[in-house]
Amino acid sequence: MPVNVVSEWLNACSGCEISILNTGEALLDLLPHLNFVHIPALVDHKYYGQTGDGTTLEIPEAVVGIVSGGVRNSEHEHVLKEVRNKTKILIALGSCAAYGGIPAQANMWKPEEVFDKVFRHSASTEPSPDPQDPNVPPWIPMCKALDEVTKVDITIPGCPPHPDWIADALTALLEGKTAWSLPERSVCDTCPVIREKKSAGGPIKRALSNLEFNAAEGLDKMRCINEQGFFCMGPVTLAGCAGKTGVPRCIQARTPCRGCFGPIRKGARPMVDMMGALTSVGLDPKTVVDRRAIMNRYIGGHGFLAPLPARPAR
Amino acid sequence: MGKVINIQPVTRIEGHAKVAITLDDAGNVADTKVHVQALRGFEKFCEGRPVEEMPRIVCHICGICPWAHHLASSKAGDACLGVTPPPAAVKLRRLMQSIAYVSDKILNFYFLAAPDFVIGPDADYSVRNVVGIVQAAPDIAKQVVKMRHLGAQMLEHFAGRAIHPTFSLPGGVSKPMTEAERAEMLPLAQELLEFSKFSMNFAKENVFPKYLDAIKSIGVIEVGYLGTVTDDGALDFYDGKLRLMKPDGSYDDFTYDQYVDYIGEWVEPWSYQKFPYAKKWGKLNLSLDNPVGVYRTNCLARINVADKMATPLAQAELEEFRAAFGRPAHFTLLYHYARLIELLQAAETAVLLLNDPEITSPDIRTPVTPKAGRGVGCVEAPRGTLIHDYTCDDQGLITNVNLIVGTTHNNAAINLSVDQAAKTFIKGGKYDQGILNKVEMAIRAYDP
Repeated sequence: MPVNVVSEWLNACSGCEISILNTGEALLDLLPHLNFVHIPALVDHKYYGQTGDGTTLEIPEAVVGIVSGGVRNSEHEHVLKEVRNKTKILIALGSCAAYGGIPAQANMWKPEEVFDKVFRHSASTEPSPDPQDPNVPPWIPMCKALDEVTKVDITIPGCPPHPDWIADALTALLEGKTAWSLPERSVCDTCPVIREKKSAGGPIKRALSNLEFNAAEGLDKMRCINEQGFFCMGPVTLAGCAGKTGVPRCIQARTPCRGCFGPIRKGARPMVDMMGALTSVGLDPKTVVDRRAIMNRYIGGHGFLAPLPARPAR
Repeated sequence: MGKVINIQPVTRIEGHAKVAITLDDAGNVADTKVHVQALRGFEKFCEGRPVEEMPRIVCHICGICPWAHHLASSKAGDACLGVTPPPAAVKLRRLMQSIAYVSDKILNFYFLAAPDFVIGPDADYSVRNVVGIVQAAPDIAKQVVKMRHLGAQMLEHFAGRAIHPTFSLPGGVSKPMTEAERAEMLPLAQELLEFSKFSMNFAKENVFPKYLDAIKSIGVIEVGYLGTVTDDGALDFYDGKLRLMKPDGSYDDFTYDQYVDYIGEWVEPWSYQKFPYAKKWGKLNLSLDNPVGVYRTNCLARINVADKMATPLAQAELEEFRAAFGRPAHFTLLYHYARLIELLQAAETAVLLLNDPEITSPDIRTPVTPKAGRGVGCVEAPRGTLIHDYTCDDQGLITNVNLIVGTTHNNAAINLSVDQAAKTFIKGGKYDQGILNKVEMAIRAYDP
């Protein structure tokens, strides 16, 4: 008997949904066990009935609800609450749903500042009032993670989450389990690079030049990125980006980690921990350019990013 | 005014939209609007970010075409900092883009569009989807899933990430391709090319002929087109000049940094998505009878503005297409046909690049130094031209961003096509889910 599943995307880019498709042939094995009763990306089920005659937004009942994207406007809140009401197990899929994600970088500004830029200060736009209409849902003050709005049962973080974990979590649910989580390890715990626990010091380097490495050799012959003097979020980031087998994805590209899987454990303070990690290899955390935004790149919900108070007038 | 029919959410597209169709007292369509309900604010929250970080931030604009944003942003960064990437870096960027294109087009054609054609536009919604396709044609479905996955695996294996890449930066790319990697990828690219040929033939034999009436009726409008061509007029996904074509086929060519002279963006109170329009053609007019300033992007636009395709198999298909539908071809559902012609070019390009000895050169990044500047980077994303316009200060920190991306260019045209479809199919207050789905098909053609 297949399990009914509801899937929704809120303040999202659809990368999580593409990652579901990237489960590849494992997807074809899973599909017969999953009955997608509502998934706007793939199935034409409508909120207000198939001919739009209903008066309330309705999503079918299901065992599992999968929601990607954070909460940015009133309609996201409405849809999320409806999914919560109609499902037994709510999965927050991806780092936008888990932590606010990249769009929560906007939390460094007030909504009116964002709108002012977009609709009145762009090189090609005729300056205009903000769109205002019953059909364009107003922003809420902050871009939120799902658990700031409602109860979440399972979190599959990542930007995007690796297909292995999506398949793993769904398989666990099909086996009757009601909980699933990634082990609490850091990206560094799964990274094969050479570490000597010290760097050459100096100001932390930006990605203006490439890392030092020999392309013909594996990552196990490359020096740790922080120890090379560049900025890498590996020490404070949850491991798992490459799925069950691979090495961390950004390191595989010979580029530093930027923290897309979020903190290693709930309640962690990644920015504080990261400054400690840099100090421990002899780097000065104050030399990280654009420090606040870069260290909170994927986790701007939960109050991690907020508009700075106005500087006092001198 | 009478009743309002709401189609919400618009489904089997890659975004958030709602269609509202207002009927008059006689039950005929008085007005339609496509409301885009999401806004994330990238143009604001990129302010202050280091320019070399931008390609790995703005790729998150779209999880389906992250590579296109990644590369447009890298090119804007190249231009801001006044640096020319080494030839091998450009070839690697093009290769990644081509492979990503193949996966994207397979996804759109088989997963999103095909249910309307293979299962049928009037079929019940519970079977008119990819699961229905899996049941109706299990062997093809299996091959589709495998081929789309193969493209993703190629990207991931070489560049670390298939979705939201980090591989390209101002000045070049992060790692070279080894000979072993090239030799491993070439047969896989050939496999993608074979599947692309199969898809084109499959569609021409089994899909398009049955729907000639639909092609001639759903969402039909006559407007302009925007795309990228090389100096000799060939369609190019990565680089060239922009070509803006009028509905009659005459056109202007211009460089990236001239875009503000040709394209303006209008704001309507009922949509978060702006309405880019061709400024030199007059003030934007969204009326179906007399549209002004409206142009389209994405595949049909590209094959209309290009004098020719860049690769032989795609060129042969373009010639056959033009013999049947002319240039410019205006029927909206021809987007599906054009998409497969481009699929061929993307797959052929991937094979060509993997046969190019220069692609394994170790010279892949010109180091950059921060300086103040403005740069406009453009590429063709699957859904249309991306314009990334950045200004940075002497520290290389972003001070201003303007983005006109993919489907945004099509906003006005999508509204017109939906209006046309609604007016064609809804008469005297009569409609059902099949009719409303045909209205949505006018949107889906644009693959928004």
